[in-house]
Order: sequence, then structure tokens, then C-alpha cells
Amino acid sequence: MKRFAALLDSLAYQPQRNGKLRLIEAYLRDTPDPDRGWALAALTGNISFKHAKAGLIRGLAESRVDPVLFGLSYDYVGDLAETVALIWPAKPGANRAPELSEVIETLNAASKADIPRLVESWLDALDPDGRWALIKLMTGALRVGVSARLAKTATAALGGQEPDEIELVWPGLEAPYENLFAWLEGKAERPSGIARAPFRPVMLSHPIEDRDLAQLNPHDFAAEWKWDGIRVQAVSDHGEKRLYSRTGEDISAAFPDVMDLLPDDVALDGELLVFREGAPATFNDLQQRLNRKTVTKPMLRDFPAGIRAYDILHQGEDDLRPLNFRERRARLEALLTTAARDRLDLSPLVPVTNWDDLQTKRSNPPSPAVEGLMLKRWDSAYLPGRVRGEWFKWKRDPHLVDAVLMYAQRGHGKRSSFYSDYTFGVWKGAELVPVGKAYFGFTDEELKEIDRFVRNNTENKFGPVREVTHTSETGLVFEVAFEGLARSARHKSGVAMRFPRINRLRWDKPPRDADRIETLEAMLA
Amino acid sequence: MRAEQILRTTPAGLYCPRGDFYVDPVRPVARAVITHGHADHARAGHGAVLATPETLAIMASRYGAEFTSNRQAAAYGARNTINGIDVTLVPAGHVLGSAQAVIEVSGKRVVVSGDYKRRQDPTCAPFEVVPCDIFISEATFGLPVFRHPPAEEEIAKLLRSLKTFPDRCHLVGAYSLGKAQRVIAHLREAGYDAPIYLHGAMQKLCDLYEALGVRLGDLRPAMDMMKTPLTREVFKGAIVLAPPSALNDVWSRRLGDVVTCFASGWMRVRARARQRLVELPLIISDHADWDELTETVQEVKPGALWVTHGAEEALVHWSNSIGIPAMALNLVGYDEEGAGETPPAAEPAA
Ligand SMILES: [Zn+2]
Ligand SMILES: [Zn+2]
Repeated sequence: MKRFAALLDSLAYQPQRNGKLRLIEAYLRDTPDPDRGWALAALTGNISFKHAKAGLIRGLAESRVDPVLFGLSYDYVGDLAETVALIWPAKPGANRAPELSEVIETLNAASKADIPRLVESWLDALDPDGRWALIKLMTGALRVGVSARLAKTATAALGGQEPDEIELVWPGLEAPYENLFAWLEGKAERPSGIARAPFRPVMLSHPIEDRDLAQLNPHDFAAEWKWDGIRVQAVSDHGEKRLYSRTGEDISAAFPDVMDLLPDDVALDGELLVFREGAPATFNDLQQRLNRKTVTKPMLRDFPAGIRAYDILHQGEDDLRPLNFRERRARLEALLTTAARDRLDLSPLVPVTNWDDLQTKRSNPPSPAVEGLMLKRWDSAYLPGRVRGEWFKWKRDPHLVDAVLMYAQRGHGKRSSFYSDYTFGVWKGAELVPVGKAYFGFTDEELKEIDRFVRNNTENKFGPVREVTHTSETGLVFEVAFEGLARSARHKSGVAMRFPRINRLRWDKPPRDADRIETLEAMLA
Repeated sequence: MRAEQILRTTPAGLYCPRGDFYVDPVRPVARAVITHGHADHARAGHGAVLATPETLAIMASRYGAEFTSNRQAAAYGARNTINGIDVTLVPAGHVLGSAQAVIEVSGKRVVVSGDYKRRQDPTCAPFEVVPCDIFISEATFGLPVFRHPPAEEEIAKLLRSLKTFPDRCHLVGAYSLGKAQRVIAHLREAGYDAPIYLHGAMQKLCDLYEALGVRLGDLRPAMDMMKTPLTREVFKGAIVLAPPSALNDVWSRRLGDVVTCFASGWMRVRARARQRLVELPLIISDHADWDELTETVQEVKPGALWVTHGAEEALVHWSNSIGIPAMALNLVGYDEEGAGETPPAAEPAA
């Protein structure tokens, strides 16, 4: 438990992706089985306990600490797990600290009545970091900024493998993954034969600009709409059905309505969308269904989800990925003429004659749920990752608004000496209301200029945040680019931007000439 | 004799009417007893100052030799008399030269402990328990969530991080009086003998510690290295010490890719560490944690406990609950952060 606690602790403070990878890899290398496997299960979100809840932890703490002191401390710290971890009185002569595997195996086997006593004895035996890790593990929210994909990438590095190799075997594995580590360390064969409905690494595209098109021959490419949902992979395999996000996260549980649609024994690549009368709705609607572990009946009724299919990777016993796009497309069309149903349909191709014609079509998409065009080489095999020269995304031009810098926050890591995270706003009547936050889109040179502006025009400081002068006469105007807009009750302005970034610095423009909230509201309609 | 006749609170700080002197006054007074050199306790401009020789040297280095017209050096344990009142300084274990002021009037003994800790510190003499009638304690970390781990473990954490990130400079924020030298001394104890680079604001006090006999090993000014074309190479995998205010400042940009570390008792609480954008918090404190505070009160067994600054409420509640009557003095002018880093006007901001 000690090592696992140290890992969580360092991950929580590590802002860089590479730094996190290094920490996880070092942990997996130095920690024996089965502990490291349980840690991997925890990091990939594959552990949960029925009977261990936050209320139980609080109750234990209040039985051991003076309630006045507990109250004063909780007020100060503000987080229950951390307050309990820190305030828990050390017990000299307590048992040795438990190993991670011991905690997990015991909790899985214990009856509800035994759990308080067990947890209490562990809290006695652990140090504050260990107690914090234990409480985090038990209550199921690690929140250390590690995705399942990141944890798997670090695991792959252990054996010099590509992360996608892990994905292929992953669905057939069970914690604590001893066979996986044995394979990665060259002590055993690749785990196989047990995987059902595995995730297959997704083929990704490169962005392309109008001016780059001249170098490509339009006859080499198929074009299709890029739908504005989330890219998914739907797999059915001998009765087992799974839905994966683009990064291989299993999101099946939240989309039972989609699982019901899948034909037998296929792996499809497509866009997850909410459908209304056979037509895809905007991302705004899909958003209601995202980031939920489960789904309610009203959700299913009001926001029915489905898949618009782009590609087919597997059918029956055949791996179709080595085939070219033309051949795969034929297989997909054949499948969906017989198996098509409401909310599972084919993403139509857009005829390509020349680039100018296609550009006209791109500017007049058939649906608000289109965010651009995809160009795919007819002869492209389905390859993992971002393969150069095969697939391109040609996005619709982003929306642009002029907004005023209101607050600036220090960045992390290499940027910690710069004010690099910006909150900007637009006019609503005579005042500015924040409409978004962005921390990229500018060059290093521009970052230095903005940083200087922030330091020289600070009105207030709140911890790492500075309020920057923003009157109608004085302030810095950003041209902000973004992909879409959603209604948001959380923001005072009532709107939230998707993928905002700083497009241009408008030193020339006085804040009074920045955009007004009405402009954004019109985009929502 | 009532307690208030021995010592009472005034706007300038704790005052002894019989001896006509103040302890750690926050404004200029005719006669002061100074417990230690942190800026919020040791201010310039008093008529006469009684303190340990080390504290006097620290004050002279910070404010210039003219910081007072009358210095009275008091060695640990030696009995001094101020206007007929006995004042003895005994070690407080806080920083080099730090002392508790033991004041005796008509057979009653009051101990003003100043800032103190009970942990091992290679740079200063350990705290001594003096039984007394009134014990005056700080409470910077006066909540039971503050329990500092052993400093050796935190130093080991730093050395481990250097191994995990050998290409990154480890920039350690530490208060320039006491904490900086203690971190260096612990690093040396752990066998780290590479050069340690210093921000300009730390140099003078490190030199003074060396002159007063505290060995700190190979220390180099970071600024010198910043002028060479090899800057980034030099600082890869090196330890650089800087005052906390310089951690996220423009100065640190020249060090390349840094792991920002901060040595402070406040690092115990995650939100505090994140707020300062710290990547490697090092929980090393020169103030007593909750256990040290409560154990000290129990060992000293005073007739009454007075609490000066910090989280007084919890300590007062606890003391009353074990039968030692306690009250908060609500003194103003002391740094609640326990840093003693409010830069005095005379010190150049570097
Ligand atoms: Zn101090
Ligand atoms: Zn103090």
C-alpha cells in the first residue's frame, strides 16, 4: 500500500503527461505481482466495492477524534478524505501496513458487517498518504489525472510494446493481470484466445488546410461527412457486445440503446450521435448522454443514441483491416442494407469531382450536425493511429469572436512562471461576462507579450489568478476560435464553447469593439 | 502576584512592566528581548536588544550593524538582569540562535517560547523543556491535521525525484533564514554532496551560518551559472534553493524545465500545495506540529497556557479539555504563515 500511496501522491502533483507516464512505468517495474496489477486495475477504473462508502469513513473518524477538533480541521482542509487521512490518530503498536492486494482481496471477500472494523484497523496501520490512498481507492474516485489509456500506455512501455497491443488483449484479461506482466517481461506467451469483443486501435486523420489540397489528386480519395458526435467503435463477438470510445474506454454501460442495435459478429467504426426522426442531432444533445456511468429511462427516451457507421474492421472470422477502403466500404454497405435499422445507418459518401466543388459542398453541409469533411484514400488499409498521407480531416472553418481578457491564471510545469490560462468575456449590456477559457493557440513570443500585459495590468490577485484590467477603453482583445457552442447553466453567460483557442491577438482593437453576447446567442438558435 | 503584573499584551507586543521591556515587539521600543531572527519577531529600531549572539548576528546581517544602539548578547542558560528582573534564554530549536525567554518575577516563572519545534535539526540547538507557571506558545500548526513526517523521509522523497527526473532542475522553495540551511544540512546528512545552487537572496544568511560553524558544503550562486551559455546543462538534475516568492517568478525561467518543490509545513495540505503550483511538496517545518505542541504543553505542565499566533482556537480547546486553563492572546503583527519572511525594508528584494 505504501508504494501505491506514493504513486497516487506523485501523480496528483504531476502536471505533465510524460511525467505521469514515467511515474506509472517506474511503479509497475519496481512493484511485484499482484500489487502492481491491482494498481493498474485501480488506475483503469476497474475496481469498485459495494459496501465501502464515504459515510462509513466519516463515522469512523468521528468516533476517534474530538468532534470540535474534527470540525475545525474539516473547515480548514475542506476535503473529507484528506481531513480523515491527516487527523486519524496514530496508534503505536498497530499492525503492519497492509499490502494493496491484501486490501482489495479482503474487501472483496468481506461481509458488510465486517468492513468498518477492517477499515479501522487499516487506518491505524497506515501513514497519512496511505490512509488517503485507501480512502480514495475505497470510495472509487482516484482523481489523479490519469486516463485508462494513459495507464495502458505506461504498461506497454514496460515491455517495449505499442499501447494498442495492450488494447487487443485487454478485454480478455482480469485483474491483477499477472499473465499480461509475464508477457511484457518476456517470461510468457502473449495472453490470447480469451479475448472477446476486443478494442481495435482506431485509425486517425491529419488535419488539412485548403492550400494543401492542390498536392492531392481528387480521384484518389473518397469523401464523407465528419459528423459532430464522438468517434466510437462498436464490437459484437459471439454474443458479447461492447462500445468503446476512440481511446478504448469501455462505455457500453451508458449506452444500452446502442448495444441493442448491433448486428452479430462485427466491429464497426462510426460516430455516436443522438438521432431524431432518422437525422443526427447536434453535439449539444449528445452531451446529455456523455460522462455518465449509467442512464435513466427518460434519458433514453429524450436523447436516443445511435451510430452512423464509417467503416467495418471485422466480420465473422475475418479481420478486414488489411483490405483497402473501397473493399471495406463495399462490405459495410452490404451489411447495412440488410442490417440497417433506426439509429444505425451508413454515413453517406460525398461525390468528389474536384476540390473546388467539394469546397462548395463543405460550406453548405446537409445538417447542422456536420463539422467538416473526411478525405480517405480509396486504397488505404485500416492502420492504427495517425498514419501520414492516408486520411485527412477538412474541418469547417471555426467560429470566431472577439472577446476581452478578464482573468489570467498561472500555467503548470514549464509554464508555471507565465500567466498562460485565460478567461475571456463578451459584452452583455455595459458589462463583460465570461464565455470561455483557453490556454493555447498562441506562440511562445505571444505568450511572453500577454504575460507582460497581465503583470502590468493587474487589478486584483486571488491565489494564482489575476484579474486583468478590462474596461471599455483598456484591455486586451483576443480573437477566439471555437468549434461549437452549447447552452450552459453553469456559466453566467449561459453559453459554453467547445474547443476554444486564441486565434489572434488584437492589440489594435479597443475592448468596446469586442463582440456582444447576442452574437453568441444567435449561434445557438 | 497576578500574571498580568509579570507580562501583559500591549499594541507593541508582550510587555513586562516590572522590567520595562518587551519580547519580540512589533514596533520600535526602548528595550527588547528578541527570541529569534525571523523578520516578524526581530525588527530594527529598538533602543536596546537582548538576544543570543547568533540572533544578534542575524539581525546585523539583515538590517546592518546599526540596527540598535545597544546590543546585549545572552548565551543560552546564562542569567541576565533587566531592571532587576531575571531573564534567561534557553534553546527553542526553531532556527540558529532561537531562544525561549524565561522570565522570573518574585518566584513566578513565565516562558515565552517564541517559535519552536521539537524535531532534530542539524543547524540549531534542540528545544529545552522549562517547567513554569505560564507557558506562552505559538500555534502556527495548531490543528490536528498538521503532523509533519520525519524530515529525513521528505529529503529521501527529493532525492528519489532527482533519480526519476534526472533531466529536470529541482527548484526548492525554502524560507531564507533557517529552512534553507536546514534543507541543505539534511541533504548533506543523506549523503548528497553535489553543489547546491542558491538564489541571491539566500547567500548572505548561508554565509553567516557557515561563519557561525554550521557546515553546509559546496554552495554556489545560481546567478553565476545563469550567465554561461551552458545554463540549461548545469541545472539539469541540480538542486537550486530559492525563497518561496521566487518559485513562480520570471527568475525561475532561466533554469529550464523545473520540478517545483516547496519545503514547508503547509505542504501537508494538498490544496495549499496545488495553489502554489508545487509539483513536489516537502513537508519540512521549523514550527511544532500538533503532536509537538500538545506534547510540549504536557511536558512543561504550566499552570496556564497562553497562545500567541496561528490556529489558537483548537489548541485552547484542547488545553482546557485536559485541565490546563488556556487563552488566546490575539497578538497582531506576527506572520500567520509562520514564515517570518515579510521582507524588512532594509533587505534588498532579490
Ligand atoms: Zn520564526
Ligand atoms: Zn513566528
